[in-house]
Amino acid sequence: MQRTPGILPEPVEALLDAALVSELTVVDGTGRPVTYPLIPLYDGRRIYMTSAVLFSRKLRHIKANPKVSVSLTDPVAIPVEPFARATIQGDARIVEDDLHAGWETLLPLWRAKEPVIDSFVKMRFGIPLFFERSIIEITPRRVLLWPGADAAEEPQVFELEEAGR
Amino acid sequence: MTTLTIRDAVERAGAYPHAIASFVDGNGYPMTVAGPFTADPETGAIEVGPIAAGALPAAGAEVCVTFSHVRPQPGVGYDERRYVNVWGPAELVGDRLRVVGTKAAGWDEQEVPFFEYAERSVPEAHRYFAEVGARPTLSRWWTFFLAVRLPFLTATIVPIALGGAVAAYDGRFSWGWWLLALVAGCAVHLGLNIANDLSDDVTGADAANVTPTPFSGGSRVMQYGLVSRKAMQRACVACYAVAVALGLVMVAARGPALLVIGLVGVVLSLQYTGAPLRLVYHGLGEPVTALGFGPIMTIGAYYVCAQQWSWPAIYASLPVAVLIALVLYVNQIPDRAGDAAVGKRTLIVRWSAPRVQSAYAVSTATAFLLIAAGPILGLTPWWTLVALATIPLARSVLRGMRAAYDRPYELMPSMQKNIALHFATGLAVVAGWVVATLVG
Repeated sequence: MQRTPGILPEPVEALLDAALVSELTVVDGTGRPVTYPLIPLYDGRRIYMTSAVLFSRKLRHIKANPKVSVSLTDPVAIPVEPFARATIQGDARIVEDDLHAGWETLLPLWRAKEPVIDSFVKMRFGIPLFFERSIIEITPRRVLLWPGADAAEEPQVFELEEAGR
Repeated sequence: MTTLTIRDAVERAGAYPHAIASFVDGNGYPMTVAGPFTADPETGAIEVGPIAAGALPAAGAEVCVTFSHVRPQPGVGYDERRYVNVWGPAELVGDRLRVVGTKAAGWDEQEVPFFEYAERSVPEAHRYFAEVGARPTLSRWWTFFLAVRLPFLTATIVPIALGGAVAAYDGRFSWGWWLLALVAGCAVHLGLNIANDLSDDVTGADAANVTPTPFSGGSRVMQYGLVSRKAMQRACVACYAVAVALGLVMVAARGPALLVIGLVGVVLSLQYTGAPLRLVYHGLGEPVTALGFGPIMTIGAYYVCAQQWSWPAIYASLPVAVLIALVLYVNQIPDRAGDAAVGKRTLIVRWSAPRVQSAYAVSTATAFLLIAAGPILGLTPWWTLVALATIPLARSVLRGMRAAYDRPYELMPSMQKNIALHFATGLAVVAGWVVATLVG
């Protein structure tokens, strides 16, 4: 899977492309938000994350309620100048037809951010359950952008239609 | 994610540069906004802001305040992963969001290493597999590699090579019989590894161990659901059946003395963790390992070739025996909490850290003294002194053990070096005998 020209506002795409870590927020069974730091992968249309079955609670939450957000907030983990902050609200889908190898389609995007992943994949026999993974596929619906990364300012809001087509 | 007390979580939060507040908006989507904050561990309150009015939650809405950190490592990825989540109802104080924590959780990989975190999450993985009707998979080769713990065969290869080398020195080597002894020895060893896993699965020792390493904590193929218990039992029986069948062929062709050697070897391996003796549970794992992977295998290989006994062969096996016992000894260091939990009273469980380290130093010194004394006593060739070249490796293991005794993952390089110490020293002793044979 490769990155194609995107559907998101350019500053948000720059953040997504550079982000080593973002925050995925899901809604649990009691209606409470739960946030997980995860590496975001973006192909120009959708945001992808992967989750080992070892840490599968978020997957259950998403299956019960697919409404999620991905926030890009950390200037250390997102080396972009000028830095901005953004939140992308969207609908998530769990793809797990092949837990063992299905997520490997994302390796080119993953490798670009975390080159060491190839070494881990070669040694997957050492931590086999970590490499049984579901894909979290997020279709963006709405983007909130703080160009100056200042929460005191009202965010720019972008309603998206493109990704849903 | 580990549960934290509110005070602990809010104290930790103070070390992060910004807060990330999430709540569910009017459309049912999570909304997230990040900004500066203050944290008060005394009251458990976190105040985030200023935040623009349009990005604030409704008063009373449940909020998750997250603090997250990674350290980028260019060309690699990142490390120093840690985060804290604090939940509580939203209070609006002007343009600030105030949350008094009611629940908190987090993870810091410097406190709970990733591999331990993953190991503690194995039950969650099994629940998820059951829910989605899937099971973990691994290639047949890697499953076999893990299940029988193939790399540990060096423990068998060294003493059997030594027996063959001494036989060659005596002019009585036979490739065919030696290879048969090697295959039988490997079969017993693989059977022993599987039996050990089966026993630790029954007692719960492996399940209780949340800090396994590639060198300790068993193969874990059953804990991970990669291989069924029945399949492991069948593999175990098959290994011992091969060993016994080959053993009987050798007994019939080379002499009944091999029956005694073979029986002692098989019984010791079965009783290592198996009932009724469960030798390793009584702190006898090291002497049993030394006996089995030292004199028994060496003299067995020698006898198969030479059809006679040999005191030099037995003597030559002693340093190898000490060093293989030390492989087990060091590999049990990370297992000690799990072993203690199920009553497996290994020497490591029984002894204090300083005593364990002193015993290692004394034992390695003994192994090298045996190597040095062999030629002086006229029992081994002078060429075997080349094995003394590995002394620095032993010193390095001891230094590593002292530095990382309580940190399993940092101890791994020392465990690896300790295995290399046995293999390299053993092969050097074998090489000494071979060179002595060749140069006469």
